[in-house]
Amino acid sequence: MKAQFKSLVAALAILFASAMLPAAAQYNNFQPTKEAVQEEKLLQQLKEGDRLSGRISIPDAKAASLIQPQGQSWRDFHQNKLPTIGGVVLLGMLGALVLFFLVRGRVRVEHGLSGQTITRFASLDRFAHWMTAGCFIILALSGLNVSFGRMVILPLFGPETFAELTHLGKLAHNYLAFPFMAGVALMFVLWVKDNIPNKLDLEWIKQGGGLFVKGKHPLAERFNAGQKVVFWIVITGGAVMSVSGWFLLFPYMAPDGVTSLQLMTTVHAVLAVGFVAAMLAHAYIGSVGMEGAFDAMGNGEVDLNWAKEHHALWVAEEQAKAASVPRNSVPAE
Amino acid sequence: MARVKFLCDADRCIECNACVTACKNEHEVPWGINRRRVVTINDGKPGERSVSMACMHCTDAPCAAVCPVSCFYTTADAVVLHSKDLCIGCGYCFYACPFGAPQYPKVGNFGSRGKMDKCTYCAGGPEEDFSTVEFEKYGRNRLAEGKLPLCAEMCSTKSLLAGDGEMIATIYKERVMKRGYGSGAWGWKTAYKETVAI
Repeated sequence: MKAQFKSLVAALAILFASAMLPAAAQYNNFQPTKEAVQEEKLLQQLKEGDRLSGRISIPDAKAASLIQPQGQSWRDFHQNKLPTIGGVVLLGMLGALVLFFLVRGRVRVEHGLSGQTITRFASLDRFAHWMTAGCFIILALSGLNVSFGRMVILPLFGPETFAELTHLGKLAHNYLAFPFMAGVALMFVLWVKDNIPNKLDLEWIKQGGGLFVKGKHPLAERFNAGQKVVFWIVITGGAVMSVSGWFLLFPYMAPDGVTSLQLMTTVHAVLAVGFVAAMLAHAYIGSVGMEGAFDAMGNGEVDLNWAKEHHALWVAEEQAKAASVPRNSVPAE
Repeated sequence: MARVKFLCDADRCIECNACVTACKNEHEVPWGINRRRVVTINDGKPGERSVSMACMHCTDAPCAAVCPVSCFYTTADAVVLHSKDLCIGCGYCFYACPFGAPQYPKVGNFGSRGKMDKCTYCAGGPEEDFSTVEFEKYGRNRLAEGKLPLCAEMCSTKSLLAGDGEMIATIYKERVMKRGYGSGAWGWKTAYKETVAI
């Protein structure tokens, strides 16, 4: 019995030893100190956007990222590229508008104001427009302030007041984002049917919208090609701003942590600058730049001559609609 | 005045997390915030190394560069500190920091992260030294007491070094020369644009 046990132990021992041999040989070749990870090599191996990370024993999994060199590119974007893009685009647009005003002056209603008006935008249309526009102005100002205020406004007010102002701006930016998104959605629903591009738009664009030559008015339906461009800038721009902004509002929903947040801020900032520039042009032509245009979004009633010059086909359609309804119809008794 | 730095000799770090615990206890840091952490690279594989990481108090700090309200400042000892009174909790420093140092008290939806918190090199903040308000906002001010950061002071293997940059670089260099290996002064090239030449 004892001999049998001994031989069993021996057999097991041989089995173990033979099983262990390859593994042991593998570790014998490895030099744990000389071949340990080297920071420099690891950093060199990183590709663009990669992070040096490992395992962490605290519950915060995001803390497992040890070094993220991408932060330096983000800093470069924020400190150098964004101010350049912003400066060129925004100052460029302001310059272009001033130049346009000096050359073309205010676009007048050629046949003079008729005194008769036609309803262009109902109260729901105007509500959607002004809710979005009001939010947009505050979003734009607070956004510009958080990006460039340190250079421009901080020296004027001093650090405490500026920090308080910027904090209020941040709160406004966070909360007004929601009525802005609702406004964009509402405008989409209200106006999309009249903003589908068609052949008429090509002709309008060919004639430069009649903006540069006096007395020339290309035909247009409810919205001309220029207004359609503005509409689609607001809809697509608003959508991308909303999605990127959503991630910044809820930073812990971002799929790839800091890397995707860096991308989102970049998209949000570059698009915002373009968006603000486009809206400057929109606001100009809707107010100072064109006689009679503001009324459309003011009280909703535009002068008939203005409407005929800029939206001839729409006026014809509206008048046909009105004519088809008998004026003095007596309700059935 | 010295130019103080941190240096983690990863070949000595045993991932005991005493630095993490010491920091949390010394400054009474709230739950969820870790000013310092230990990350293990190549975990469970041959050549594994652990690195204790916190704010590296960078030369030309990225956080300070991108802060929209300019709430950061650098002390005479080259410690990078910030004012929680000015901080608006926007998260920009977190995007720019290579080391993941900035922490926020709220897992804030709605961008309400709260005021940023990070390693102060045990040097307090802009409030009056040793005041209650300084302790509550920034933690203990050991530097003003003539002491070094507690994480490094109590490191059991003396892996984590804090103090004058040149002095700790010399200590690390001597170690590497003597034992014949070293995985590098982690974060130095990124933070200080220089590394310890061996």
